[in-house]
Amino acid sequence: MRSPLTRPLAAIAAAALFVPVLTGCGSDAGDGDALVIYSGRNEKLVKPLLEKLEKAIGTEVDVRYGDSAELAAQILEEGDKTKADLFFSQDAGALGALSKDGLLAELPKGTLNKVDAAYRGSTGDWTGVSGRSRVIAYNPDRTDAAPDSVHDVVTSEWKGKVGYAPTNASFQAFVTGMRVLEGDDATREWLKGLKEVGKPYDNNLRVLDAVESGEVTLGLINHYYWYERAAEKGADKLTAKLHFLPGGDAGALVNVAGAGVLKSSDQSGPATEAVDFLLSKEAQHYFADETKEYPLINGVSPSGGVPAMDTLQAPKIDLGELDSLQETLAMLQAVGLV
Amino acid sequence: MSTTGAKTRPPAPARPAGAVTAAAGGRQRAGRRPPLVLLVPACAAAVFALLPLGYLGVRALERGPAHAWAIVADERTLTLLARSLGLAAVVVFACLVLGISLAWLTVRTTLPGARAWSVLATLPLAVPSYVAAFTWLSAAPELAGFTGAALALTLVSFPYVYLPVAAALRGIDPAQEEAARSLGHRPAAVFRRVTLPQLRPAAAGGGLLVTLYVLSDFGAVSLMRFDTFTRAIHTSYRASFDRTPAAALSVVLVVLTVALVAAEVRTRGRAGHVRTGSGTVRPAQPVALGRLRFPALAWCGAVTAVAVAFPLGVLAYWLAVGNSATWNGSILFDTAVTTFGVAAAGAALTTLLALPVGVLSARHRGRAAHLLEQAAYAGHALPGITVALSLVFFAVRYAYPLYQQLPLLIAAYAVLFLPLAVAATRAAVLQAPPVLEDVARSLGRSPLRVLREVTVPLAAPGVAAGTALTFVVVMKELPATLLLRPTGMDTLATRLWTETGTGSFAAAAPYAATLILLAAIPSYLLGRHRS
Repeated sequence: MRSPLTRPLAAIAAAALFVPVLTGCGSDAGDGDALVIYSGRNEKLVKPLLEKLEKAIGTEVDVRYGDSAELAAQILEEGDKTKADLFFSQDAGALGALSKDGLLAELPKGTLNKVDAAYRGSTGDWTGVSGRSRVIAYNPDRTDAAPDSVHDVVTSEWKGKVGYAPTNASFQAFVTGMRVLEGDDATREWLKGLKEVGKPYDNNLRVLDAVESGEVTLGLINHYYWYERAAEKGADKLTAKLHFLPGGDAGALVNVAGAGVLKSSDQSGPATEAVDFLLSKEAQHYFADETKEYPLINGVSPSGGVPAMDTLQAPKIDLGELDSLQETLAMLQAVGLV
Repeated sequence: MSTTGAKTRPPAPARPAGAVTAAAGGRQRAGRRPPLVLLVPACAAAVFALLPLGYLGVRALERGPAHAWAIVADERTLTLLARSLGLAAVVVFACLVLGISLAWLTVRTTLPGARAWSVLATLPLAVPSYVAAFTWLSAAPELAGFTGAALALTLVSFPYVYLPVAAALRGIDPAQEEAARSLGHRPAAVFRRVTLPQLRPAAAGGGLLVTLYVLSDFGAVSLMRFDTFTRAIHTSYRASFDRTPAAALSVVLVVLTVALVAAEVRTRGRAGHVRTGSGTVRPAQPVALGRLRFPALAWCGAVTAVAVAFPLGVLAYWLAVGNSATWNGSILFDTAVTTFGVAAAGAALTTLLALPVGVLSARHRGRAAHLLEQAAYAGHALPGITVALSLVFFAVRYAYPLYQQLPLLIAAYAVLFLPLAVAATRAAVLQAPPVLEDVARSLGRSPLRVLREVTVPLAAPGVAAGTALTFVVVMKELPATLLLRPTGMDTLATRLWTETGTGSFAAAAPYAATLILLAAIPSYLLGRHRS
């Protein structure tokens, strides 16, 4: 019954005793007077920025990276015992959920006023820090031009040729936007149409891939995915092109990534300073240059071929009204999209 | 910890132990009351494994039973259930075909390079389902949906069937097959009528693990855009931040798991490793393949090509063409060391918790043993995010100093992967002749000493195989690691997640490749394992 397995595994078990030594770097994090940021934004995108933030506010910063929705669920589960002082979310919905449960502290007026009221929480306990626009990606080998309205997408002409990501938070925020702009009945009809013509994908990148490969002709995505892919592969190697919709169409909604300070934080001073830093010129330039998003403060413009904010014809909508995600989800379920 | 479950059973019929051994060496024996030295730690392991259930109860009933029932009774639930079970059925069937055919070829025939093939047949374990799905999708986007999900899941999980079946093939006494051959049966008939029935418990156990794996998988189905129960639970967390629907749906998965485990226990039935001789196993005479060795080699080669060579090839391609491939050797090394450390600790704790449950389930038939085994399995089909949130819930309330510290992460791995180690321990103990324990007991050894000096040493190789298996799956784990790791700690899986999150596939490739290579070490040991 001798096995070559037993001995190496005994060695592994012995090695296991040294785990705390091997990973000791983690054990001192998250306590004391460091500012703990739960970041739903990807480490690759924001780590350099958060290092600048640490210098700017002069407080040690520990960042916990994760998925926005899962981190929001985690904070909801932690309640007032959360280790997070600041939540840096990829979308407004996750911040809205924390706000609704009363977990976020009100931000100072001076901080809030840096951002147009359209791009922050209606109760003043979170603010957007960068903007992203919904667009239609299209494959020029398959069509000459993309439609100018999402309503033109759900026609028989495009049957089987439209990619979208129904479980994606940005898609759902866009549907919520349509409900606010055009009412529930019109939105339900549109969703039924989309179900007829569209092909659901797991996320925006997969939608973009499908457009790129010609698997679908049109894709409903956020603008920066294309610019990210262009950085990965080289813009000249991409087949897909973007169409920014005109005329305040619901498909041109501009949504935000944002931040909020936890009510239970014992670091509310540094946490508020951190929000101010995210709205500083330096940080806003970072979003424009590195993440290809829209800066939200005056005097900083987008870069890298992203059209200027004032050339966009986004629908006029109060992002605070996008908190009716539950109803959107119920509608998506009723129509059978999620 | 109560032992009433055991106490209420009628006393065992008096039967000489030797007779039982002669009739069915490894079979579970009714009767003897489980010793406290097993029962107490087994109950502790079960309580541990049931933590997610407690959490799900609290969350699902948060807004009243009527609300939870409305979610569960929705017709969509039934559709999702049907889809999940359909996918599991197809994957299990494919895994049985791949696993049993490869096990037979590598263990029982004159297949050239059998040893190398047996290592290659376990290597797919090292490939995370999301990496498998991603590589197939990048090569053939039209695979998305049921076909792609079934393909990716089959290719990463057939070793769950291969390993126990190969071990069983080595453990079966060849005398019966020889007798059948001497009676004029052809090899195919001998395999079908004598060998296959004896493989049933091993195959069913492997099939159960594959089923639970498919039910809990999020990575492959999510990339392949095939909506299953687990994907719906994720969607629910993601889209509504409302934990009630996710919890209610998770309860359905738990009920399903318990039903599946019960069905598998029934499949075991009276089947066992029937031995006519003493406790030692004589190796079987290998079947000469003759000219059939060419198709046999082609089959092994094809499986290895699609399950191992293909994903590695795609990763190599991404490394070669992407602009985002920035090699940072020191981060890669540190992450690999951390991953190795937590996986070793996770595997060690899981094995420790699984030992008493596995021994009980192998040696003591009875309600208490069955309940404990079912408890150990209860959480296995749950998505990682659900288990992780349940541990967040308990830790912030009852173990706050441990929260977001390594011990809790290691504990989460044990909850998630306990069944793998329990199944391996149980199978290993079953193959050890109980007569030796009886002799030790008759010589006045205490239950603890019998366990320490007889049972565990005899079962050690099989238990070690379970540890290696757990080691591999812990290395690949993502959702619980993301939520429970100490702030600032990274594993290869979380780095992989970070890199692919921005679409930097080339930058992700070194982490994926390192993960596969590192996980290949225990897979290699498993493949060489001869019990």
